[in-house]
Amino acid sequence: MLDPYKIRKDFPMFTNKIKMQGHDLIFLDNASTTYKPQCVIDAMNEYNTRVTSNSGRGDYDTMYANDQMLLEARTNIAKFINADPNEIVFTSGDTEALNLVAFGYFKSHLKVGDEILITFAEHASNTLPWFRLQKEIGCKVNFIPLTKEGRLTVENVEQSITSKTKVIAVANTTNVLGFHTDMKAICELAHKNGILVVCDGAQSVPHEKTDVKENSVDFLAFSGHKMFGPTGIGVLYGKKELLKETEPLIYGGGMNETFEMDGEYVLHPVPAKLEAGTHNIEGIYGLNAAVKYIQNIGIDNIREYEKELRKYAIEKMKEVKDIIIYNENAEAGIISFNIKGVFAQDLATLLNSKGIACRSGNHCAKNLKYQINEIATVRASFAIYNTKEDIDALVEALKQGGNFLDAYFA
Amino acid sequence: MPILLSPQMMRQVIMDHYDNPQYKKTPENPGNFEKVHMHSSNCIDDINVYALVEDGVVKEAYWDGVACTISTSSTDIMCGLVIGKSWDDAKYIIDQYHKMIHEEEYDESVLDEAIVFMNTSKQAARIKCASIGWDAMDEIICKHKHEK
Repeated sequence: MLDPYKIRKDFPMFTNKIKMQGHDLIFLDNASTTYKPQCVIDAMNEYNTRVTSNSGRGDYDTMYANDQMLLEARTNIAKFINADPNEIVFTSGDTEALNLVAFGYFKSHLKVGDEILITFAEHASNTLPWFRLQKEIGCKVNFIPLTKEGRLTVENVEQSITSKTKVIAVANTTNVLGFHTDMKAICELAHKNGILVVCDGAQSVPHEKTDVKENSVDFLAFSGHKMFGPTGIGVLYGKKELLKETEPLIYGGGMNETFEMDGEYVLHPVPAKLEAGTHNIEGIYGLNAAVKYIQNIGIDNIREYEKELRKYAIEKMKEVKDIIIYNENAEAGIISFNIKGVFAQDLATLLNSKGIACRSGNHCAKNLKYQINEIATVRASFAIYNTKEDIDALVEALKQGGNFLDAYFA
Repeated sequence: MPILLSPQMMRQVIMDHYDNPQYKKTPENPGNFEKVHMHSSNCIDDINVYALVEDGVVKEAYWDGVACTISTSSTDIMCGLVIGKSWDDAKYIIDQYHKMIHEEEYDESVLDEAIVFMNTSKQAARIKCASIGWDAMDEIICKHKHEK
């Protein structure tokens, strides 16, 4: 079992002893973003202090070194999800990656009446692009029913498929309820029916093994900042043949071979044609360092530890009077809850007053209210630097939930 | 209103307005009212604030929608405070409230129960919740004055 106290030494947010409201900060909002280890910061500094140059135009040594580094990063990140380097497109994050799939690929491959399947539990970034496509080209977004507890099952997917279904776009792990989806089974079913599968991996890639060859997803999106990397960098994985047919959303330098006065142009092969403009180079350095950090710890060790934390948290939280836990049986280190009679953000404010960072609200999954009959929840989400003591502190604070206005008057 | 309220009394005021908001309703004749819609990106607050103005005086004020404890209570108190006031007086009250929320010097004599939110800056993430209804009324007043 990994040692979270040893891991904390890697993170300046811990070694700097950051306080919130006079308490040592307890960060339980890791589904939102994660702390950055020193190695990630160092990698970004390496670019900014030792090899600063543009990329892809290498006429001199630092630029060449930089290009080599970007290639190494692309290769390593590809290996992390068992893809080929040319199937890795750098984006600004999961959101841009999903938008690139919707508007770059599906806008030119769907027609009026075609159906897109999503769920109530999807994040805005895996909902709104499809709603927009629905408006633009007249395809139809349908919702796959979830089980009563909020889980997506292959049976429900199967029942939702019609002859018009062309794409299934779902999260591997949902961001509010943390249920895990069997992507391999969904892909098998989808592909048998000629349907493509888009996987939102924002909450799964940082926490569990992802193998795109094994599960056979057609597209996969994820963000760097939820996996100890910097903000502003993310990845779209796509099967090579599909990326080839994906139209760029942004045109400019670095993505074209030639263009002429007559308006004709030739674009680079993928992934370059989908990465116009100067890359977020320091972001790529940082993401690569984050991936290596995870590889060193071992993704399976991360998964095991977070499972253990979740089990402990559920046991302890159930002791809190009037608590409602919405996802007791979920797999991910995400727990969504409320205390009866206390509005979610008031509870989050009470936690803030105790130095505990939790998220409240609808967590960008605004359709989930139809599933759990609650407009807002508090969400605690774990990472490898969280400890059982963090959970004890959370539980102690929750026991005072009924006195939530203490946050203002204590 | 005593000058010094105990924390317990302040809590009670907030909870009373949360449990039994006096002005939370949609007017029967909303067309006669000035209305501003407010939506918070960091809380669930999604409210409409209504004001009926005659002869430069706020005759009626209401609000409706979904709101957390802090925004429910603060918006409800705001409605009670501006009713019967001229635009200028209502504007003065709102300005004093904003000053209080942002820890500037303010005239507490006009704020009555609204001073229960004096500690909001301790929980900075909630300033928006404590202000959302007040911002809406401010917008109505500014728009009205501009039109005049």
